[in-house]
Amino acid sequence: MPDTNTTLTPPEHTPPVVFTRAQVDWLPWLEPLAPEAMTERHMAALVDANRVKSPYFRLLARDPDTLESRTRADKDIFYNTNAGLPRAERELAAAAVSRLNGCIYCASVHARFSATYSKREADVDKLLAEGVDADLGESWNAVVAASVALTRTPLAFGPEHVARLRADGLDDLAIADVIQSAAFFNWANRLMLSLGEPAI
Amino acid sequence: MTVDVIDKLVGIAPGSAMDAIRAQRPEARTHAQKSYEALFTPAELAGVTTAERFAVACYVVGLHGEAETAAFYAEGLASDALRAAVDAAVRQTVTEGPYGAFPSGPLSAEDRPGPAYAVDAATAAALGPRLAAAFPHVHMLVFHPRDAAPESLATVLAAGWTTTDLVTLSQIVSFLSFQIRVVAGFRVLLRAA
Repeated sequence: MPDTNTTLTPPEHTPPVVFTRAQVDWLPWLEPLAPEAMTERHMAALVDANRVKSPYFRLLARDPDTLESRTRADKDIFYNTNAGLPRAERELAAAAVSRLNGCIYCASVHARFSATYSKREADVDKLLAEGVDADLGESWNAVVAASVALTRTPLAFGPEHVARLRADGLDDLAIADVIQSAAFFNWANRLMLSLGEPAI
Repeated sequence: MTVDVIDKLVGIAPGSAMDAIRAQRPEARTHAQKSYEALFTPAELAGVTTAERFAVACYVVGLHGEAETAAFYAEGLASDALRAAVDAAVRQTVTEGPYGAFPSGPLSAEDRPGPAYAVDAATAAALGPRLAAAFPHVHMLVFHPRDAAPESLATVLAAGWTTTDLVTLSQIVSFLSFQIRVVAGFRVLLRAA
């Protein structure tokens, strides 16, 4: 299919100006593949066929092998609940990284997930409102601090972060889950922030 | 046998405790590696050359200051001249992130200024027009991704990158932002055992 090779101007919309747990839309700056132009390979790269509705995934489908691997890694890091870190804290790591990098879209999705799994809506909202220095109690503070240290460039993650997580009772698989969850959102945030913009 | 890049860079020995931990997230392990292969040894290069892929990687990893990961990607960049140009770009543009501006409103109080990308003319010439146009975008993605705007993409498109090339470029920078952190995080965890 032909490339347009120009940027898109999103339709008139209201940009979110605060972090929120509410539903946020996303508008692409580059032309996604048209659903009817997608080959079997492109569809396979989506992993979930209903993602064909998403302009974000149809844009990433332009590099199908990378999208498919990205998606399968994502699902294992966040949804493989065979031991390790609970879902709520994996989503907390994702939300904290998104809060620090400034991805309002990603933060909205993963703050919702974290609140759903933890039932700690007030603490999730505190993270969104106050930022990554918010006091969420030691267990969550330790996860947020590790995620933040891993997100800074140059990286600021050290043995003190591992020790703090261990002191809170996390085993090494759970700590590896914190690392992979935070690292993965450094991937996701950069795609979401640079290929389009959020809208409410 | 394919070498798993993360295992190699962390120093994870088969049968070790860290090997067992990675084995409990088998799809993450397999597909972190397959993402690397899709971006750096793809079946089809499409519009982005191998030299461009590794030059961008050396720049991203150099900006993070992660020596072992940088040495690995430097091996993939065949041209000494290009490697020298990338190293010069790293020296001239390295800073600390994340910084940048939020959408105008209550979050503006959290805006953090930071340097814009700038290299000398000799470095830009040695990078060549396509990489010289791409590196400011890459620098923004590494250090201040919340400043992203369509104008930055338009500048890269104007230098001959297609829409599809730009998706691949964005994936290279974004994937490396993940891989660098998994490697560094696992190295700390391994040594804290």
